[in-house]
Amino acid sequence: MGRVWWTVLQRDLLLAFRRRSDVAASLGFFLMVSSLFPLGVGPERETLRTVAPGILWVAALLATLLSLGRLFALDHADGTLEQMLLSPEPLSVIVLGKVTAHWLSAGLPLVLLAPVLALQFDLPWDAIGVLAASLLLGTPVLSLLGAIGAALTLGLRGGGVLVALLVLPLYIPVLIFGAGAVSAQASGQGASAHLHLLAGVLAASLALAPWAAAMALRLSAD
Amino acid sequence: MTLQAIGLVGGRGPHARAHPLFSDLDVSVGEGESLRVTGRNGSGKSTLLRTLCGLIEPLAGELLWRGRPVRRDGTALRSELLYIGHALGLKDDLSALENLRVAQALAGRPCSEAQAAQALQALGLGPRTAAAPARTLSQGQKRRAVLARLALPVDLGAPGLLVLDEPFNALDTASVAQLTALLAQRLAQGAMLIYTTHQDQSVPARQAQTWHLGAAEQAASAGLVA
Repeated sequence: MGRVWWTVLQRDLLLAFRRRSDVAASLGFFLMVSSLFPLGVGPERETLRTVAPGILWVAALLATLLSLGRLFALDHADGTLEQMLLSPEPLSVIVLGKVTAHWLSAGLPLVLLAPVLALQFDLPWDAIGVLAASLLLGTPVLSLLGAIGAALTLGLRGGGVLVALLVLPLYIPVLIFGAGAVSAQASGQGASAHLHLLAGVLAASLALAPWAAAMALRLSAD
Repeated sequence: MTLQAIGLVGGRGPHARAHPLFSDLDVSVGEGESLRVTGRNGSGKSTLLRTLCGLIEPLAGELLWRGRPVRRDGTALRSELLYIGHALGLKDDLSALENLRVAQALAGRPCSEAQAAQALQALGLGPRTAAAPARTLSQGQKRRAVLARLALPVDLGAPGLLVLDEPFNALDTASVAQLTALLAQRLAQGAMLIYTTHQDQSVPARQAQTWHLGAAEQAASAGLVA
């Protein structure tokens, strides 16, 4: 079981590496969106500090959404998804392997890039630390919940828009706790409550999302 | 070891229930036996094959693998299955060798790199071709790269049920003969084979059955002509 997880993870990371431009595109999107706001809002320090957590988090949501299309659609088109459905190994473990690879190639780079982008919003250092921590806990949830949406909309026309309509509402709690953690830290309340809640959401979605996405894949594959 | 279909009804699309592609299909395939599914384009050959390996739920009827319903426990069937469909299941960005190893690992029968290279060589894909991205291969080469799964050593756990959708498509004459020999060898070892083909090519088996799809539709159109 662990072996098939490892196989799928290696395979998807290798594929992501061979198609580096896709990974770079969603990172570039994150970079652009979050850099446009300071230009639009203006150089007021106080304003920028207040809006920074929300902007960085929303940009991270959208960048993740952009890369969700890669998760199952390509495998569906070339028939490798069929082979996964026909594997004797549990489908949820295969899905977890794919989601892990998705997070490593799409989520983790966001976590690493966000502190740099936070500098242009003049966030204090401790808030930047909390931002990175909240993204570290939150982006795996985005990949996990996104997998359900990507699986449900597989093979549908206009799947890209549909996946956004389906998944963005599910992202709301993550956004509230994630951006809330940074704001709470900045206002001196301390971020630990928010981060704990975020960790709880991660634990729950880690347990349930692979299973739900596997069910959705079986439904939409034929 | 048998695969048995009892009163199987299957179809695709929104009107599947009103107009199934096949209905009341009773068939039983045992060790060393083959079932060839024939019929015109769109008569439901691929749907039948996909239903028989559990990829599509039948609309009615029961599918039994070793006497146990597949509906309840598909893992037993899947652990012995080798399905090659219309979509070959090759990743364009991976080499034939990497594709073969991933496919085998997913099927629960992982193979070493040397074994994979040997199997690809047996199907006429040399080391250089096997290491190139699959996107650079020709249609026939792609198909051979997938069919190499049949040429892997038996001690890895040979698949007992081979479901092949148009395996002879895009293959040259020599490859067709080679594949036929390979399939005959697998059948002699006790595998069962379910396949479709438009070519005039059949695989020698202990017992070879043929199931023709679309008979009702043909009768109807014949009546129209008369």
